[in-house]
Amino acid sequence: MSTFENKDNKNKTNIENSEQNISKGRREALKTLGTVPVLGAMAYGVYKKTKSERANRLATDIFHFQELPSPVLVTEGDVIRIGIIGAGRRGISLMRAIGFATPQNIDKLKKDAELNSQDTRYKDFLEQEDLNVKITAVCDIFDTYAERAISAGANIHREGLNGKYGEKPKRYLNYKELLVAPDVDAVIIATPDHWHAQMTMDAIKAGKHVYLEKPMSWTVPETYALRDIVRNSKVVFQLGHQNRQIETNKRGKEIIEKGLLGPITLIETSTNRNDPNGAWVYPIHADANPNTIDWKQFEGDPDRVKEYMDYMTSNGLAKYVGPEARDKFSLERFFRWRCWWDYSTGLSGDLLTHEYDAINQMMNVGIPDSATSSGGVYFFKDGRTVPDVLQTTFEYKEKDLAFLYSATQASQFKRSRKFMGHDATMEIGNSITITVDARSEKYKEQIDKGIIEPGKPFYNYTPGQKEVDAVTSATQLYFAERGLLYSYVNGKRYNTTFLHLKEWIDCIRSGEQPSCGIEEGFQEAITAHMGTRAYLEGRTMYWDAEKEEITKG
Amino acid sequence: MIKKNHCDYSRCQLTTLVVLRVIIGWYFLYEGLAKLLTPGWTSYGYIMDSQGIFAGLFKALGQNQSLMPLVDAINIYALIIIGLFLVLGLFEKIGYLGAIFLLVLYYLSHPAALHTTYLFPPEGSYLWINKNIVMLCAVVVLFVFPTGKRIGLDRIIFKNKKA
Repeated sequence: MSTFENKDNKNKTNIENSEQNISKGRREALKTLGTVPVLGAMAYGVYKKTKSERANRLATDIFHFQELPSPVLVTEGDVIRIGIIGAGRRGISLMRAIGFATPQNIDKLKKDAELNSQDTRYKDFLEQEDLNVKITAVCDIFDTYAERAISAGANIHREGLNGKYGEKPKRYLNYKELLVAPDVDAVIIATPDHWHAQMTMDAIKAGKHVYLEKPMSWTVPETYALRDIVRNSKVVFQLGHQNRQIETNKRGKEIIEKGLLGPITLIETSTNRNDPNGAWVYPIHADANPNTIDWKQFEGDPDRVKEYMDYMTSNGLAKYVGPEARDKFSLERFFRWRCWWDYSTGLSGDLLTHEYDAINQMMNVGIPDSATSSGGVYFFKDGRTVPDVLQTTFEYKEKDLAFLYSATQASQFKRSRKFMGHDATMEIGNSITITVDARSEKYKEQIDKGIIEPGKPFYNYTPGQKEVDAVTSATQLYFAERGLLYSYVNGKRYNTTFLHLKEWIDCIRSGEQPSCGIEEGFQEAITAHMGTRAYLEGRTMYWDAEKEEITKG
Repeated sequence: MIKKNHCDYSRCQLTTLVVLRVIIGWYFLYEGLAKLLTPGWTSYGYIMDSQGIFAGLFKALGQNQSLMPLVDAINIYALIIIGLFLVLGLFEKIGYLGAIFLLVLYYLSHPAALHTTYLFPPEGSYLWINKNIVMLCAVVVLFVFPTGKRIGLDRIIFKNKKA
């Protein structure tokens, strides 16, 4: 082999080696970075997907809320001394809401928490803010209820049985005696409906601040009298519609005020319950008898009873009175008083008022022009006089609006509360869902461009979420539809009844007006009475706004 | 001596293992990005819907207002980083361990146990074994049969060690 040939071979090998190196380098790079293009594919996919989700961003842009003010705790100043008038089911739960539970109740909460680590009621109760109030007086006409309320009122350290308690509140046998007690600044009234207005008027005359359970009144005449007395006094009056504290209602109000639903012509609300408790067939206490119950006081204030009887007899409605004599002791009537007009305001006063006040809170609708009702006792044929199925329609002529309430106590099928607008419908409860109308003019452009899909939930707001968000997935929608169980204020979970009582107590200290005062209460009461009278008389009832009178159709 | 993990896979074995690694990586990466790109996203609802023996612990976490933003951020960025590691074959084993950690947490908060009903309904029917467990097993397989040093950035990083 010649030298030349050798050189030639060497060159060839070098070239081959370098080619091999290059191709080895390529292979190496390919093996190292081979999967990088996958990231390019993802970037492209994310870009495309984000673009197609413009609708969600649009929803967030449209439904942008103001920050709600944080509830400021006003506990400075003297202790507010509270008297409890009526310590039955609702009364005792109002006491608990402001931090006073019976030791038995605390033990039960403790036990439940031990059995179920997810049950945080005991922890929540212990952590609930101290409102700097004291229960100094209790009045209930059933001995057992009064004693129970005394033990709750003395339980200032929120302890169970065998705990250390504070001073016992004094028991009064008659609420009028409680009202003259000098160590009572304010009263919480949670008695049957037929006592509401009378007790409130007496309390205000005695200079006590009042938190009154809804509905505000039992007869129409007392509604005016109560309004006059509150207007001419300096006391703080709050009606117990705790819905005023629900965050979604405040958001709903913002949505309506911004005109995002377009003109609203129909509001549909309902009550659906399907158990004896929900139909007011409450248990009868074993200790209850004529010796432990002051029946005379239960009967009611004679003037108020006369107003009731006058209305019933002069309108041919005697069949709705009784049927038992008012002075005849009856455990059924004492515990299940909501079933008889003699003490009750029926579905209208008990449950329609919740719906009405939520609407009034969001839209300031005021008193309707007319009310029409129908219904009957269709399921609970237990001798009751108030209907268990009721439909009431209210018309607001000047507002071009109708409000339909429909209730049954014999089916708990879920119906949402709907505000139907020309451009969108809002369903509001524990959460808010908005569905844009296919024929909307306001959102026509977005519908035409395919940004908004009409007929499908477009926007959802669930309290407790960090920020407002569009319906981005089926799971979120599902979550939203079920709703969360609690009320939130800026992300913190609260019991709404606590918030409503707290507002009243804060106002007593600050001198401000609470959210459900006498004007709102008057509107609530008159609206409910119009619905009730329309049912009883079987004809449309009208409101003469000038004369402030309910007139017949 | 030939180390056990230096044994070569056949071309077919290597390809399928890499494909599995990349698609699991893709899944993690997009889960993270989607959460990052959703304004106000939070795992609050998911955590509060926890069931099983650890439910109390998860719910306590969910109710902790100061810890939740941290929990959300860790979840989002862990998903993204794990996804990137798996797709790129970068620090592969750390990626697998992270993936196993997250999947175990997801399973513990939402076990497919008897008598559990979730607010977020699953898209299938499961008894004890759900898709998180299946994916967890796939990740364990990938951990045992690593591919990053063959196809992936680990090839450069661990080049010297390998030599």
